[in-house]
Amino acid sequence: MEEEYLPEYGPKWSDQRAERMLGALVCAVVGLLLAMIITVFARAWPSFAHNGLAWFGAGGSVEEQLNQIYLSGLSGANYVYTFHGWQLIWSTMLITGGAVTIALFCSLFVSVFIVEFAPEWMRNILQPVVRFLASVPSVIYGLLGVLVIVPFIGNHLVTEPQKASVAGVISLSGYSLLAAVLILTVMIAPLMVSIFSDGLRAVRPGWLEGSLALGVNRWRTTWKIAVRTARPAIVAGTVLAVARAIGEAVMLAMVSGSVAFAPNPADGLIFIYEPSRPLAPTIVKNIDSLGSPPANATLFAIAAVLLFSAAFFSLAGWVARRAMRKYGATA
Amino acid sequence: MESSVATPPAGPPPRMGPPKSSNDAVEASAAWRLSDRIGLAICWALGLLFCAIAVAIVLYLMVKGLAYLKPSMLVTPATAGFSQSQSGGFSDALIGTLIVAVMGISIALPIGIGVAVWLVEYGRPVALARIAESTIEAIAGIPSIVLALFGTVIFSSTALGFLSRTSEGVVFGRSFFAASAMLSLVALPLIVASTREGLNAIPHHVREASYAIGKTKIATTRRILLPAARPQVATGAMLGLGRIIGDTAIIVVLLGATQNFAPVGGAFPINYLRGAGTTLTNFVYEASPTGNLNQPEKAYAAAFVLLLMVLALNAAVDVIHRRARKVGTWSS
Repeated sequence: MEEEYLPEYGPKWSDQRAERMLGALVCAVVGLLLAMIITVFARAWPSFAHNGLAWFGAGGSVEEQLNQIYLSGLSGANYVYTFHGWQLIWSTMLITGGAVTIALFCSLFVSVFIVEFAPEWMRNILQPVVRFLASVPSVIYGLLGVLVIVPFIGNHLVTEPQKASVAGVISLSGYSLLAAVLILTVMIAPLMVSIFSDGLRAVRPGWLEGSLALGVNRWRTTWKIAVRTARPAIVAGTVLAVARAIGEAVMLAMVSGSVAFAPNPADGLIFIYEPSRPLAPTIVKNIDSLGSPPANATLFAIAAVLLFSAAFFSLAGWVARRAMRKYGATA
Repeated sequence: MESSVATPPAGPPPRMGPPKSSNDAVEASAAWRLSDRIGLAICWALGLLFCAIAVAIVLYLMVKGLAYLKPSMLVTPATAGFSQSQSGGFSDALIGTLIVAVMGISIALPIGIGVAVWLVEYGRPVALARIAESTIEAIAGIPSIVLALFGTVIFSSTALGFLSRTSEGVVFGRSFFAASAMLSLVALPLIVASTREGLNAIPHHVREASYAIGKTKIATTRRILLPAARPQVATGAMLGLGRIIGDTAIIVVLLGATQNFAPVGGAFPINYLRGAGTTLTNFVYEASPTGNLNQPEKAYAAAFVLLLMVLALNAAVDVIHRRARKVGTWSS
């Protein structure tokens, strides 16, 4: 390596200059994010300003309102901004909540299995499987949902009397909360598994050995020591999965039914067969109306809500990971 | 003469030698309580379920894909037609995916490496480093549909009108340039995280040795640290590519609305890049029963091609990892 010193790295690539250039690059990335946040909220402002907190409330059909907003933008004057997004927000909450709950349970067991209990050959299969499931594009999940899961639910799980009982309100064709939750679970579980198993691996072996030496069996040791120590990683993984689930647009646009409707759990179990539409797919479905100024503001308002929730959950994950340092674990 | 000292229970003689691995069972689960054994059974069941889901996805798409995929589809563009046999293939989508992948990663890679180098090697002032770290995490957490909407604002501005179709002062804002630029943001956090990991794994004495023979910091980084971190950089690039190829929301908003290339005036490669187009994800989305085309057979075929790409990228990551492990790690 002795003749590696090349003069052109001297004056031309002086350290100060390189540091300044890299620093400028970093500042540009930071600036881009700030510009994005400001732009999205600035564009969204007319919609929020006009509706106030009623934006988040219920009232009327969202489809109808979006249509009115779009049409008013074409006419030029007298923009209509009235928008009550509760149906979309409720659908987002139901789908995200359902998927994250199921995925949390499954991922916890699977990551414990991968880290502690799986035999070597099973581990060698499971790790690539988890990586593969995480890397399948969402549109493929959506396609499989539309062509496999949705027809199955529509033809085999929903009974005729159930379809008849809500016929006047909504049609149960298989595009449903159930399909959306199931597929979203498969999409976010691998993310959680990878973060959980990183957390479980980072647990100090001495603590586990201490427990084992006291005669506690491996199962109890894992759950009482390893899982508890890795709790911050579990929180971090869960909030990241929530952020991911909230932002998922394309797959949900395909399987959730794309009907602005708020399934009511008080109606009994039938609500899981009812279609709905979360926030993010609403943007995808209405993307062609971006040219109408009030519709543009409304879609950016939805994006602002998504951005705010994603930022909120990222922040929560960051706080959880900082808390983890206390346990000597890093993930 | 019985004493209070418990005699060791009769059992198999103690094993000689150390256990083969940490996984070498130290106790049989048969000795556990029923509840614990049920828990272990749930572990096995869910682990097998994950494998079953993955196998089902691959097999199902393979069966459907091979059934409907004709080689001609890969070389004919989509055309208007009434039945699925008339409407051509998805060559434009395939080429579009490649264009977007190449352009996206060639924007994301230099920026990602630059940010990672600054964070690991310079990182001062500390406040800026903190901010930059959380910026990268925030970008990773932003839903891609929000990035796409932001892209419509940037690329519809008249200042950037030369990057997409413009008619009568109205900038169309949909082009390969616009889509690739926003897609590079999707890949950026993965590249930064992976490169940082690689740089952090290099022990300090390597840098000190380089400084000691008179190299500057940036020369050390370019000549020694980045080459040493190459496997991790490559891994990050592969992961980023996977995300770029798989993203649909940005493509639908910033590129698609058509299933063909829509070149705009200009010299040869630029006219296509300035125009709207399509990628495989967009094609699958539109060809699914909920899309505008509704040609499920072709959607299966395109999805199969897309899945093959994703599998190839996964395999590439594996190969890189294995090679890096063979070379070995730094001794500290």
